[in-house]
Amino acid sequence: MTDTAPRADGGTPPVDEPGRAWVFGDDIDTDQITPSRFLVSTEPAELAEHAFNDLRPAFSADIEAGDFVVAGENFGGGSSREHAPLSLIGAGVSAVIAQSFARIFFRNAINLGLPVLICPDAGAIEDGASVSIDLDAGLVHDHDAGETYEAEPLPQFLQELVDQGGLEAYTRQKLATQTE
Amino acid sequence: MSSSARTITEKILSTKAGREVTAGDYVEAEIDAMVGHDVTGPLAIDVFESVTGDDGTVANPESVVFTLDHHAPADGVEAANNHNIVREFAETYGTHQYEISDGICHQVMIEEGFVRPGDLIIGADSHSTTYGGLGAFGTGVGSTDLGTVFATGELWFRVPETIRFEVEGTLPDGVYAKDLILRFIGDVGFDGATYKTAEYGGSAIADLPIHQRLVLSNMAIEMGGKAGIVEPDERTVTYLERQSGLDVSLDPDLGSDPDADYEAVYTYRGSDLAPQVSKPSNPENAVDIDEVAGTPVDQVFVGTCTNGRYEDIRAVADVLEGERIDSNTRLIVVPASKTVYQTCLETGVLETLVEAGATFQSAGCGPCAGYHQGVLGDDDVCLATANRNFPGREGSMQSEVYLASPATAGATALYGEITDPRDLETDRYDDYAVATVEGGR
Repeated sequence: MTDTAPRADGGTPPVDEPGRAWVFGDDIDTDQITPSRFLVSTEPAELAEHAFNDLRPAFSADIEAGDFVVAGENFGGGSSREHAPLSLIGAGVSAVIAQSFARIFFRNAINLGLPVLICPDAGAIEDGASVSIDLDAGLVHDHDAGETYEAEPLPQFLQELVDQGGLEAYTRQKLATQTE
Repeated sequence: MSSSARTITEKILSTKAGREVTAGDYVEAEIDAMVGHDVTGPLAIDVFESVTGDDGTVANPESVVFTLDHHAPADGVEAANNHNIVREFAETYGTHQYEISDGICHQVMIEEGFVRPGDLIIGADSHSTTYGGLGAFGTGVGSTDLGTVFATGELWFRVPETIRFEVEGTLPDGVYAKDLILRFIGDVGFDGATYKTAEYGGSAIADLPIHQRLVLSNMAIEMGGKAGIVEPDERTVTYLERQSGLDVSLDPDLGSDPDADYEAVYTYRGSDLAPQVSKPSNPENAVDIDEVAGTPVDQVFVGTCTNGRYEDIRAVADVLEGERIDSNTRLIVVPASKTVYQTCLETGVLETLVEAGATFQSAGCGPCAGYHQGVLGDDDVCLATANRNFPGREGSMQSEVYLASPATAGATALYGEITDPRDLETDRYDDYAVATVEGGR
């Protein structure tokens, strides 16, 4: 596993540089991303050691900073545990590309500044493919297949939240304005 | 659509945002109450300290609640340390804090009077949708959301569209709210209500006692729902008086307008429904019980924020009164709160269950959280009154969990295989539809 382990407010690796796609199927719930027994930790790097522990044990050992998680429908269903997106940030994942997301996971990722992209064609990306994202244009490039897929743009409110660096940064600014 | 009909969701979020909003709008809204527990609380505390610095102030400590329920009592040093982080924060900032014996966050929030119709409530736990059973907008959030709300008292929301589940008529004997919600999830799928409110109505829902309405709301998240709401009525008011000690006057306008704009309406006839069981390993795998009846089970688990209330546990005791559970089956019962525990003690339900062979544990999430107190080994098969049966949810990835109602759980414990409660003598299960403690019926 990478030892760069960026913390949420330290930012995630750039999404426009190619990285390996770790492909998962539909309905990957938060219990599978971060099994319950590892929730005693709140450290991204420590949580990263157990990401997909039971589902895909090789993930934490082989993931490299700048890699992407690619999934099918309804990624992140179930629990509200923020440990799930935090473990991916800890592992150095640049972004999660999925056909659709469960609500709380999507919200948590936005709040933490982990890019999440809804891409209806994500199912065409093969495991191990080299991918990158053009966030401004809302495009996913599959360099191995030589294909480009469109992603759904984030609503304006969420884009502003991401641009400000996530909910913590947004709240700091809000508190500062209130006390002025 | 200005000045037109609105859903209860739009009404609550408009009030809390201080302006008229409809589905699709983004708002910042005031939070009436919020809860974090021993898994999500420490992260929220980190976030609060990060955003406020050394001189942090909790905006409204009276609205902040902590519970210790997932690792209760602590099952390891790290969990114990997390408990201490929560205790110290509550002490420092003057927030509410409940102890390891007090129970599951959602049950504690309701019993302690933090939930009223029309409230906007968040919890760093996905089953915070439960509060919709009392006509509140309750939704699960992450720790970053919670920690920032400690500091500001408000949070951003996208106002969700609403899907309405309408059930008319009367439910047959042996069919309860749990069977309804498993059927709904089975019909729309695990992501069928993602980003939306699931609203439940119709004469069969209006007839449900509050303890059953809470089941419908609790499992809205199992179809991806942002909230799950039953419109409040006089029964809600009575329940809150007796169970939560609240004096609530019902706003007659707090309900969806008859011509409100729904994204979809699913209509059911109560009399058509049979007891449901969700097969492994997703709640959407709901089938009529006859499809899986006879499946041998190693363990039956009764409890959780879905079905760990007194009426649920009593339903199991009614089935097992004077009987022994099957010798090849374990029965684990975990009350949702200390109050539930005490009621089981006072009414003889606890004695009945222990005599029948049950393991009766202290209040909390029990094995549903997957950590301890009855987790499953390889190839174990469990039937649970819980809300989730994901792979490895209650222990081994090789174990299997079926979801069902308390009446089905009692019948299954008795015979050691999935058993239709309608196959029992009716006096062993028909009280379940009636509430005693709440007086709400």
